[in-house]
Amino acid sequence: MSNKRVYSSLTKKYVMSLMGLFLITFLFVHLGLNLSVLKDLGSGDYPTFNEAAHFMATNPFIQVFQWVLFAAFLIHIIFGLILQFQNWASRPKGYKVKGSAEENIFSQYMIHTGIVIFIFLVIHFVNFFMVSKGIIPGIQHVKINGEEMENLGKVIVDVFHNGYYVTFYVLALLLLGFHLDHGFQSAFQSLGLQNKKYGPFIKGLGHVVAIVLALGFIIIPLVIYFTK
Amino acid sequence: MDLKLKIWRQNGPDDKGKFVDYEIKNISTDASFLEMLDILNNELIEKGEEPVAFDHDCREGICGMCSLYINGHPHGPDAATTTCQLHMRRFKDGDTIVVEPWRAKPFPIVKDLIVDRSAFDEIIQAGGYISVNTGGVPDANTIPINKGKADLAMDAAACIGCGACVAACKNASAMLFVSAKVSQFALLPQGRIEAKERVKKMVAKMDELGFGNCTNTYACEAECPKEISVTNIARMNREFFAAKVSS
Repeated sequence: MSNKRVYSSLTKKYVMSLMGLFLITFLFVHLGLNLSVLKDLGSGDYPTFNEAAHFMATNPFIQVFQWVLFAAFLIHIIFGLILQFQNWASRPKGYKVKGSAEENIFSQYMIHTGIVIFIFLVIHFVNFFMVSKGIIPGIQHVKINGEEMENLGKVIVDVFHNGYYVTFYVLALLLLGFHLDHGFQSAFQSLGLQNKKYGPFIKGLGHVVAIVLALGFIIIPLVIYFTK
Repeated sequence: MDLKLKIWRQNGPDDKGKFVDYEIKNISTDASFLEMLDILNNELIEKGEEPVAFDHDCREGICGMCSLYINGHPHGPDAATTTCQLHMRRFKDGDTIVVEPWRAKPFPIVKDLIVDRSAFDEIIQAGGYISVNTGGVPDANTIPINKGKADLAMDAAACIGCGACVAACKNASAMLFVSAKVSQFALLPQGRIEAKERVKKMVAKMDELGFGNCTNTYACEAECPKEISVTNIARMNREFFAAKVSS
């Protein structure tokens, strides 16, 4: 019954954790950028947001880094799936009475929240990234401080006027919050950066990170939708 | 007290197995869970039926032989208690109790509620030992050991290897067991010498045997009859990382 694995279970967990924490730092940058659109509401040109988005889209460092980001997403997803399939295979027959001793209910559903977030990511990619790059046509241009740039702010506000999309967005981001609530402290545990003394602090910080990110992203479509 | 029991019956490793309902009457609330099963088995033998096979040995909560997944909990509903130390006063008259074997691919069912836990022995054989001669009792006292570390090592060594962590884990992961065994040596100077090789070999064996991956749900810690802490898992993660990058 040889079951030799290419990477040990622990190595895969290290990779999952590092990619996960990296993606969290990205989410904070992304949130900061998104919140600036609220400042511009009613302007039509969305100067703060468009300028920031334009900087991100043209800065050579960010351009290179964006591929690192794609790679991190891909690795996190692929390793997550491999680990999950192995986990399912480790218990071919389940229990009649399911256990429920998990400390955090969300820890049972990482693969499920992960799949919804992935679907969201694909839709998100089509709606915003591909439109901003002109792969999907229709983006308008504005002149801000004498420089011509894409009016990405308008794309966002238009999309967030659609009630169905806002509902889906809010639900997906809630699930992201659940995913992070377990994921954040889990990453520290997997990397061995947890003990009796700092453990509670890391778990508490994980709750804060999850709530700040989820609510931060959710507020934006809600404000846009209800003030249109 | 009168009880309804739903017990997993399986004739052998290749049998499909099924739940069988039993009714048992006049059980004393002072009886242990295993004594209740003994009474059931006596009744079954009197009726000429096959008794329910289950593992047990010391019945004092220290040997790690008893198992049983009772109403969704390894070792039953009590915290920090093995099945043999679980008493019927924990249940109510007329209760239905579902009794299942440990479920994990590396723990194949031998018969009824007995599973083969020799996978744990294989992990120990892979590295859960020290090869140096540490001498007699007086020699141990010549090596000064930090009291805090000695306590942590003793806490880790309290693991009786029953497999409740694997049974409780949604991934059937053996990380709590392996990390306790890695920690009890890694924390002491006598165990440090082989620490790097040990953790690599034990993790490799754990993976090879088909145990699942840890997703840090901490169900293992909640269900462990010896209250082994998941901080041992964090320690093993550190040990393994250090071993991988430095050797």
